[in-house]
Amino acid sequence: MKRAPMQQTPVPETPAQGTPSKEAPDSMNMSAFEDTIARDRRIEPRDWMPDAYRATLVRQIAQHAHSEIIGMQPEGEWITRAPSLRRKAILFAKVQDEAGHGLYLYSAAETLGADRTDLTERLIDGRQKYSSIFNYPTRTFADVGVIGWFVDGAAICNQVPLCRTSYGPYGRAMVRVCKEESFHQRQGYELLLTMMRGTDAQRAMVQDAVDRWWWPSLMMFGPPDDDSPNSARSMAWRIKRHTNDELRQRFVDMTVPQAEKLGVTLPDPDLKWNEERGHHDFSAPDWDELKRVVSGDGPCNAERVARRRAAHEEGAWVRRAAAAHAAKRTARLREGAAA
Amino acid sequence: MSPKSTGDWPLYEVFVRGKRGLNHVHVGSLRAADDEMALLHARDLYTRRNEGVSIWAVRSDTIAASAPDEKDPFFAPSGDKVYRHPTFYDIPDDVPHI
Repeated sequence: MKRAPMQQTPVPETPAQGTPSKEAPDSMNMSAFEDTIARDRRIEPRDWMPDAYRATLVRQIAQHAHSEIIGMQPEGEWITRAPSLRRKAILFAKVQDEAGHGLYLYSAAETLGADRTDLTERLIDGRQKYSSIFNYPTRTFADVGVIGWFVDGAAICNQVPLCRTSYGPYGRAMVRVCKEESFHQRQGYELLLTMMRGTDAQRAMVQDAVDRWWWPSLMMFGPPDDDSPNSARSMAWRIKRHTNDELRQRFVDMTVPQAEKLGVTLPDPDLKWNEERGHHDFSAPDWDELKRVVSGDGPCNAERVARRRAAHEEGAWVRRAAAAHAAKRTARLREGAAA
Repeated sequence: MSPKSTGDWPLYEVFVRGKRGLNHVHVGSLRAADDEMALLHARDLYTRRNEGVSIWAVRSDTIAASAPDEKDPFFAPSGDKVYRHPTFYDIPDDVPHI
């Protein structure tokens, strides 16, 4: 019996360390891959996978990671202006979580052979996208609450099924993210409840934020199913578990009773319960607006990317210093060992 | 050396002991310039909510790992040894404590 070769520098969760079964024909690998998917098992980093599966995942995970990182900005802007120490601490924790989520996801992308430096460059060069929602401005503190409620609520709808995505590291990252996301949504809703108990002006602020964020939040689920060309393949590969429209419906059904409880009106006159379907009917958002914002022409696209680029460039000296420190330390250790 | 991004730092695998009495478990990976930074980043990234009492950060390129294919002959030696499992042995029902 042939003994499996030990690999030289193999790593469990790290970039595609050599393609396995070099001698096996692709068709055999393909059937093993398809069998794994069909049995609802997970594909792991060093398994053989079709190039298109790998490329689709890298694109999706990178966009997801970029969204978390860019997503720090709209709320980060409010940290210094949060009305109390309590709200400031909460916002700090939330924005730090977004950074963490971005890092889990960049790690997952790296297991597919993506290069982190390259991903960062693609983001700040505008070659890779992030969620359209973060290209809208946060005008008042009520926006912070509505983002937690709508945007993190929508993210939960999207991410809970992704915990069972077919690619192991992506699913595991999602499990961590989902555990933390619930705090994000609840702090937002609680913030809004507090404002609704305040003055008329505060209640008006909440309603205004709801009016501005409702449609962009519906767009977060992506284009409608009949205009989402890659969905079917992602579903077949079990990267995605539900279609865009299914998830959007779930979000609307979840949000309507929360809006009633809060005492705000969702800005859609056609939003109503459909007894027959067992779901709410609602109007479609302006898909042309989504296309414009995705293609770079939203209210804050340029500002968000410029801010990310500045943070990256302003951090260059820190990276240099850390590298110099590490090099000196290693040299000192080596001298010590030699002496 | 001037790293263009944190992606040029070495990769570390992070293992966290959830509480005393449990093993360290792999939780993910991160990039850091050196061991000390790896531990600080691991703390900030993987234990923001009391998830651990101890962290190991290990340079990924120092880990020896078996080949990826689970059906690989590497694991074959354990595949056909049913007698290693307690259920292999027939013991009458009325024998106590066994």
